[in-house]
Amino acid sequence: MAKVTVSKKACTVNPLKMSQPIGGVLAFLGIANCMPILHGSQGCTAFGLVLFVRHFREAIPLQTTAMNEVTTIMGGMDNIEQALVNIYKRAKPEIIGLCTTGLTETRGEDIHGDLKLIRKRNPELADLPIVFVNTPDFKDAFQDGWAKSVTRIVEELVVKSTETIPGQVNLLPGSHLTAADIEEIVETITAFGLTPIVLPDISSSLDGHIPEQFSPTTIGGITVDEIRSMGSSLATIAVGQQMESAALELEMRSGVSYTVFDRLTGLDANDRFLMYLSGLSGRPVPLKYRRQRSQLVDAMLDAHFFFGGKKVAIGAEPDLLWALGSLMSEMGCEIATAVTTTQSPLLEKMPCDEVLIGDLEDFEMRAKGSDLLITHSHGRQASERLGIPLLRAGLPSFDRLGANHKLSVGYRGTRDLIFQIGNVFLEHTHEGSPDSWPLPEAHGVAVDEGIGNEHAAQAQTV
Amino acid sequence: MAGLNIKVQEVFSEPGCDKNQAKDEKERKKGCTKQLVPGAAAGGCAFDGAKIALQPIADVAHIVHGPIACEGNAWDNRGSKSSGPLLYRTGFTTDISENDIVFGGEKRLYRAIREVIEKYDPPAVFVYQTCITALIGDEIEAVCKAAREKFGKPVIPINVPGFVGSKNLGNKLAGEALLDYVIGTEEPETTTPYDINIIGEYNLAGEIWQIKPLLDHLGIRVLACISGDAHYHEVASSHRAKAAMMVCSKAMINVARKMEERYDIPFFEGSFYGISDTSDALRQIAKLLVQRGAPEDLLARTEILIRREEARAWARLNSYRKRFEGKRVLLFTGGVKSWSVVSALQEVGLEIAGTSVKKSTEEDKERVKELISDDAHIFDDLPPREMYKMLKEAKADIMLSGGRSQFVALKARMPWLDINQERHHAYAGDEGMVTLVEEIDKALYNPIWEQIRKTAPWDSEIHPLSIEGRR
Repeated sequence: MAKVTVSKKACTVNPLKMSQPIGGVLAFLGIANCMPILHGSQGCTAFGLVLFVRHFREAIPLQTTAMNEVTTIMGGMDNIEQALVNIYKRAKPEIIGLCTTGLTETRGEDIHGDLKLIRKRNPELADLPIVFVNTPDFKDAFQDGWAKSVTRIVEELVVKSTETIPGQVNLLPGSHLTAADIEEIVETITAFGLTPIVLPDISSSLDGHIPEQFSPTTIGGITVDEIRSMGSSLATIAVGQQMESAALELEMRSGVSYTVFDRLTGLDANDRFLMYLSGLSGRPVPLKYRRQRSQLVDAMLDAHFFFGGKKVAIGAEPDLLWALGSLMSEMGCEIATAVTTTQSPLLEKMPCDEVLIGDLEDFEMRAKGSDLLITHSHGRQASERLGIPLLRAGLPSFDRLGANHKLSVGYRGTRDLIFQIGNVFLEHTHEGSPDSWPLPEAHGVAVDEGIGNEHAAQAQTV
Repeated sequence: MAGLNIKVQEVFSEPGCDKNQAKDEKERKKGCTKQLVPGAAAGGCAFDGAKIALQPIADVAHIVHGPIACEGNAWDNRGSKSSGPLLYRTGFTTDISENDIVFGGEKRLYRAIREVIEKYDPPAVFVYQTCITALIGDEIEAVCKAAREKFGKPVIPINVPGFVGSKNLGNKLAGEALLDYVIGTEEPETTTPYDINIIGEYNLAGEIWQIKPLLDHLGIRVLACISGDAHYHEVASSHRAKAAMMVCSKAMINVARKMEERYDIPFFEGSFYGISDTSDALRQIAKLLVQRGAPEDLLARTEILIRREEARAWARLNSYRKRFEGKRVLLFTGGVKSWSVVSALQEVGLEIAGTSVKKSTEEDKERVKELISDDAHIFDDLPPREMYKMLKEAKADIMLSGGRSQFVALKARMPWLDINQERHHAYAGDEGMVTLVEEIDKALYNPIWEQIRKTAPWDSEIHPLSIEGRR
């Protein structure tokens, strides 16, 4: 059980957090032939675009309503209308996602009403699905934006159905999962004879593949028709606590009941998942996974020597923090520091004393003396200054290749992650030297100062 | 906001900008940026431009007053290098909350400035205004003034909310802030007859370090580079330079012109891209310095250096001519002048299959036309779909552009090279030209191209076994 505290500094230094609107945008990038728009100034879009391009190393379809000072004050309906009409004309998307920003939320706009009027004035837009999401960037964080977009997509598109499509299962993955993670979960569900449909599915749009033709919109993802059919599924599987609200919305709307798996990293977590799938499908757990489980158990045996007692500092969004923190704790590590971006019911369950909603300056100050840092690429400066190895996890990962193909779910993903981290520990093993074990009387006592005490004073309990 | 609007108008009527001067009064008032089209716009905002222009000042704490998006999504992502302090790579933001929107963010900003000064003790703090904080009426000038008086340190307001315009406008407004608050506020320890400023150079991938050895050799001192690898003190005392070079784009023409007006520092516009341009730039620097009283032997020494360096570069480049024979380049540049790179590539024997003049002035367009005989290869704007088609149909062998269009080339299975601000290689001066040519060669002749252009055996119309299987 952890105490959740919020940093009380006036100045955020070295942000861990990314903004809510671009989290919202990323969800739309997992829908086929989609064009997301940020309703804000063109910079809001440009910054998000560059971030995603650097992380995914893919073209990112993302447009802007290009608000300026005057249109912001007067209201953005004209800009929304122009943007929708222009995008429809140029890119012919099958769906448009419209995420607001702090700029347009500060004034406050009735986008729902505006869209009605815009559709009326532009008959070509009448049947085009346009999903808008309120995502002010002065509130919440990246994973909240993702979750809100998915919830809104469900609200707008999922239809209630009296018929069930046999074997169809909804999968709602959180924003912390990679393309490889989603592929792995899909493969596992399929192995039980079930047919998963994934909302949103960045594993088919942002997995880095070569499309046959040029497309100005997304080059993969769940189709609008598939989303509409989610009300006919057998069940909904939500991965990550952030997805509960979308899963709940889906259940209320269509009656499809849901189960949340707060993580799929770790032995126990995957045991529960496979037993659930077995129950749902009425089939036994396939041999392949029995074998993989055995491999994971063996990996834990081989690796635990190097994990036990190690101090780990983790900076990540709540669901990723939970998945990685739980695994590290289950392998015998001590979570010396846990810093996150936004509130979540998981935080107080974390296996450490405190979880701080803060930044990478907080992280760096508290991480002194740790054996390993786990955070996104922006942890590289802290890693250099502290001389502590960094494992990159989460978005953005702009200084490594293959960020979206990193696997950390399932027995197989957990096994590989344990090996990867274990190898870092192995590489940085402290070796003894003649001066390693001095007698206290002979040399005076070297006192190891407590870490981060000065900082604790700055944080306050919520 | 009234003050800001006046500033924007002032920048729009910049007399140093020939593009502005060619317009009538009414056109000029509209500004140099095209009206952005919602749903069809690309590129950064004015705040982004200001950040690009000023963040390279390495020892300054750059605080962004706004919501998390403006700094959290974009910090430590630029290629400007520093030879010393690294504070510019630390991301500072007030990360304003809903509460600040309701009650105003000025107090949070003031406290943020205090925290940063107490913890990091920088020689100066730059505070960047953003859209939301401008909208709710936070007066950053007033907050900076109060902080300056209280903490006894320069605290500089950069009043460039994103929604006032484009990146280019942001560059210029950032320059205005330097002119208003920084330049001329400190004195250099010493001066020499060989002191120059380099304006509009951001030391991407360390490019200034490809030029500095040449200047060092001639005894020319860069008093201030605005703003690549700069320290606050250098910029603050840059008004004592004898001459200035404005690098390439017109991003900071206002700074060069006003420094000439106020401090009598003559400037010329030049480029360090390409061998002949680099040599020209060195000549011009020498000429201006001699005009300002430097000993005349500088001219001869410069010529000797140019001859030696050009020979050294060509000795390395000549071997590529044969490899580049008949190779065609599609060139899309952003901040770098098209003609400058065009002539550089032609120097090593590459053909230009097409180039854009989207951001160029009329004068630049004319120069491009002189270099490329066939007008059909000069595009005002080429949409990604057309770009893709050209590459797919192999009308070019390689594309050189900014990161934004890289996937258009790569997905068409064509070589691509980054020549914009995210690039990892330094391409300035003769050394940079050699690097650029090496990189083009590496890209063109990488063995992957042959492999990845083959269709998968099961897709091939010819049975794979008939060709591959016999090996």
